[in-house]
Amino acid sequence: MKTDQVLSVLEKHEGDRGGLIAVLEDVQAKYGYLPAEVLKIVAEETGRSLVDIYGVATFYRSLSLRPRGKHLCSVCTGTACHVRGAPVIAGEFERQLETAVGATTEDKEFTLETVNCLGACALGPIVVVDGHYFSNVNSSRVKQIIKKTHAGLDEAEIKADRRVYLHTVSCSRCNHSLMDPNHKIDGSPAIRVTVSFERKHGWLRLSSLYGSFAVESEYPIRTDEIVDVFCPHCHAELKSAPACPLCNAPMVSMIVRAGGIVQICSRRGCKGHMLDLNGGGV
Amino acid sequence: MITLTINGLEVPVEKGTTLLEAARFLGFPIPTLCHMDGLSPYGACRLCVVEIGEGPKAKLVSSCTYPAQEGLIVRTASSRVLRARKMVLELLLASCPQSKTIQDLASAHNVRQQRFRQEHEDCILCGLCVRMCKEQMVAKAIGFRGRGQTRSIGTPFDIRSEECRLCGGCMYVCPACQLRCTYTEPEKAVCGGCANVSPPCVEKEQFDDMMCYMTPCVACEIQE
Repeated sequence: MKTDQVLSVLEKHEGDRGGLIAVLEDVQAKYGYLPAEVLKIVAEETGRSLVDIYGVATFYRSLSLRPRGKHLCSVCTGTACHVRGAPVIAGEFERQLETAVGATTEDKEFTLETVNCLGACALGPIVVVDGHYFSNVNSSRVKQIIKKTHAGLDEAEIKADRRVYLHTVSCSRCNHSLMDPNHKIDGSPAIRVTVSFERKHGWLRLSSLYGSFAVESEYPIRTDEIVDVFCPHCHAELKSAPACPLCNAPMVSMIVRAGGIVQICSRRGCKGHMLDLNGGGV
Repeated sequence: MITLTINGLEVPVEKGTTLLEAARFLGFPIPTLCHMDGLSPYGACRLCVVEIGEGPKAKLVSSCTYPAQEGLIVRTASSRVLRARKMVLELLLASCPQSKTIQDLASAHNVRQQRFRQEHEDCILCGLCVRMCKEQMVAKAIGFRGRGQTRSIGTPFDIRSEECRLCGGCMYVCPACQLRCTYTEPEKAVCGGCANVSPPCVEKEQFDDMMCYMTPCVACEIQE
């Protein structure tokens, strides 16, 4: 158990008394749940009693004392969804995922839970997976939803939504285009850069659709690996000054042809990015 | 000083006095379950309800938490209050008929029936033990956990708390487990046995198992 993570969270919240829920939310974001040892550290550091913290942690549904799966699947069982067959859908999820409501699958992929109302009763029965809403769900669609989640909901949504912005980028030093018209990701030309990590040196292709995080690379890059990114033309490192707002890793900057700079996090799996368009008429 | 009227009697009290204290000062009995002198008022059991105001604006409030106000008109035993108290007692009997404290209160208030589904809970969530632990023992070893139907009292993670000094204060104040009515059968909610000249529970076998809402019970561990 890494305790320095919880200490950094507490340091961030130092001084704001009464911000226990905010602290617990941040702790949960770091660990995925609230481990008992971490709650004890929170109690010691904030001077609150463990009983009070445990009371808050068990009171709110969004705080969990047990490890959760990679995907959170919430089946609405509010009145409107209930009469339209939400219990059947929850049962179908239980069968398909081979787990119970409130529990996590053995492979730690799914956590299944029921919620009381999502406030979208007209669309019921509703299932929410990782923030993606599925409306008018019936039991035959359950398998499809699980399959879609396994495939990656973010990719699925890029295909469905054509409003995402397609950008053309170039190196910030030599201004050569980084686009690779011969190689397509998400159906549009990919961005090609050179990456180096762990003494490996190879190409990396990124989707040029804004909002898509699809990548292809010569060597498989582990999640959380921080890579150095270079321009394939002038071999300059595409580094930028600010750190990633999500994970503090260095950012990679590229010039957007329409005018502006796009910065992406150099950590594999991190979705931190910044888009700064300075009046480019976009 | 504030002057208020309780059951037609004018009484001057100091600012900050609760209606319960003022009524007891005058000698009007108000039953309580979750109130204890020395602990902060909580207003959980609703047994101490009184009626304040007049006419259509009259309302029921818990006297243990309601501060005295200038010119307030309070009735501690109106028919509406008595009806509400009886209902509260019926509900308490429905959840915890084994408690002698509750059975005695039910007898004293002439509760002769219990119309709800009978449960045999170990706890009525009055919070006396939590306040005792926090305010008098300054330990904060037990507290409320969860919410709604799954709300319960106990230690964090259901393990022995490091803060607990095994003082037994929680058991001492608990209305559900300090005294146990041994006569009540599962199907019989209202006991009233103590009102008889020869109480029927004398001949009955005593319960040998301790009942406690806490697992493990922090007070019982003293005996080990």
